[in-house]
Amino acid sequence: MSVGIISYGAYIPRYRIRVEEIARVWGNDARIISDGLMVFEKSVPDIDEDTITIAVEAANNAIKRAGIDPERIGAIYTGSESHPYAVKPTSTVVAEAIGTNSELTAADFEFACKAGTAAIQACMGLVGSGMIDLGMAIGSDVSQGAPGDALEYTAAAGGVAYIIGKDEQAAEIESTYSFTSDTPDFWRREGMTYPEHGGRFTGEPAYFKHVTSAANGLLEKIGTKPSDYDYAIFHQPNGKFPTRVAKMLGFSKEQIKPGLVVPRLGNTYSGSCMMGLAATLDIAKPGDRIFVTSFGSGAGSDAFSITVTDRIDDIRNSAPSVEQLLANPIYLNYADYAKHKGKIKF
Amino acid sequence: MTVPRFWRRLKNLYRLIGTRCENCSEYYFPPRNMCPECRRTGQVVPFKFNGTGEVVTYTIIHSAGKDYAKHTPYILAIIKLDEGPRLTAQVICSPDDIHTGMKVKSAFRKLGEESEKGMIYYGTKFMPQEIK
Repeated sequence: MSVGIISYGAYIPRYRIRVEEIARVWGNDARIISDGLMVFEKSVPDIDEDTITIAVEAANNAIKRAGIDPERIGAIYTGSESHPYAVKPTSTVVAEAIGTNSELTAADFEFACKAGTAAIQACMGLVGSGMIDLGMAIGSDVSQGAPGDALEYTAAAGGVAYIIGKDEQAAEIESTYSFTSDTPDFWRREGMTYPEHGGRFTGEPAYFKHVTSAANGLLEKIGTKPSDYDYAIFHQPNGKFPTRVAKMLGFSKEQIKPGLVVPRLGNTYSGSCMMGLAATLDIAKPGDRIFVTSFGSGAGSDAFSITVTDRIDDIRNSAPSVEQLLANPIYLNYADYAKHKGKIKF
Repeated sequence: MTVPRFWRRLKNLYRLIGTRCENCSEYYFPPRNMCPECRRTGQVVPFKFNGTGEVVTYTIIHSAGKDYAKHTPYILAIIKLDEGPRLTAQVICSPDDIHTGMKVKSAFRKLGEESEKGMIYYGTKFMPQEIK
């Protein structure tokens, strides 16, 4: 029997900072930055929110959306590059908070921005082999950009949880394909507060090479072409990269439009691609086909071919949509943003 | 709060697990092991509260201890859960918006931390059901 998405849930903190406010502080031209990145504002966590609280809220929304009994979940994997503890799993807190029983396996994943999709693949394996009934894969981050660094304009906060199983699928995952290599485009050393990156090196040899290789690999593996899909989502470090890679692969602007949430959200790192998929599932119709390719620096990409089932209409409105989570933001000035992000040490 | 003390209360703090007496249908939060009404005839079982309720009364904290200094001004309220019990918790909203009778729902947040290298305490706060 096939494996698919039984439910999904997203969470986005309510606070935002506009690109022009960050640019004002650092003396940069906001219009050049916004036009270049295709990002206009980004989400900011509340003072008492972190990767764990965001993961729990997303997980609760996934449980609520399809009315899942948490005790059916046999695995929880949380992907993040901002786990609050260096040693002590985020996933155990999520398990306790959503009320699973203790008969489950759990671990935290880290692979820059694609740890969440790697968690989906792990759950697919466990469910497909019959080892567990349901698996929960989460991508959650409160990503960091050093003050004044280019990353500060996009490093955002948010999370998405997917429940993977065999029965009552809202979307079938037909196939997945990954492409991975040792490419040092972005990293954060142990104990360091902010990541380092290779500037323009993050483009061609990293993002574009891995996304196109994984995407083309999957299309070739299952014998499909871009026009077979209704929607497509590519990892969104900014708005420019996914738009360009979609064009390179032969996908249209209309196909990526519903899932392109980065201009109003920023890059939610491990949640990025998964958030775009959630936004697309929010509006997709039964029978629609969705193509997804994540990217994680370091570097690798996971591609998925998904077909939406009739069940999507039964569960869609039982938890907040990505559009609802993006609505009614509270805008912060840079000083309050610095306080929220812990950039000011007391 | 010491680590073992927090750990013993995990279920209560994370998921609002209290108790209910099946004999008299009274709800308790924090949980009670014995029903003070029914005494020996009481049958007390765990109960997960829905997490919705309303603000009975509140105060706005402007001057806090150093662990909560960056949160000020913040709201501390007595919440009456829909099932009946009252508890004290933080409400996440602007001091301009809080009012008695406000309908609230639970939210999973950081409650505090032991120290920069110590344990992080998570649990339940409340936020308005209607977002302005």
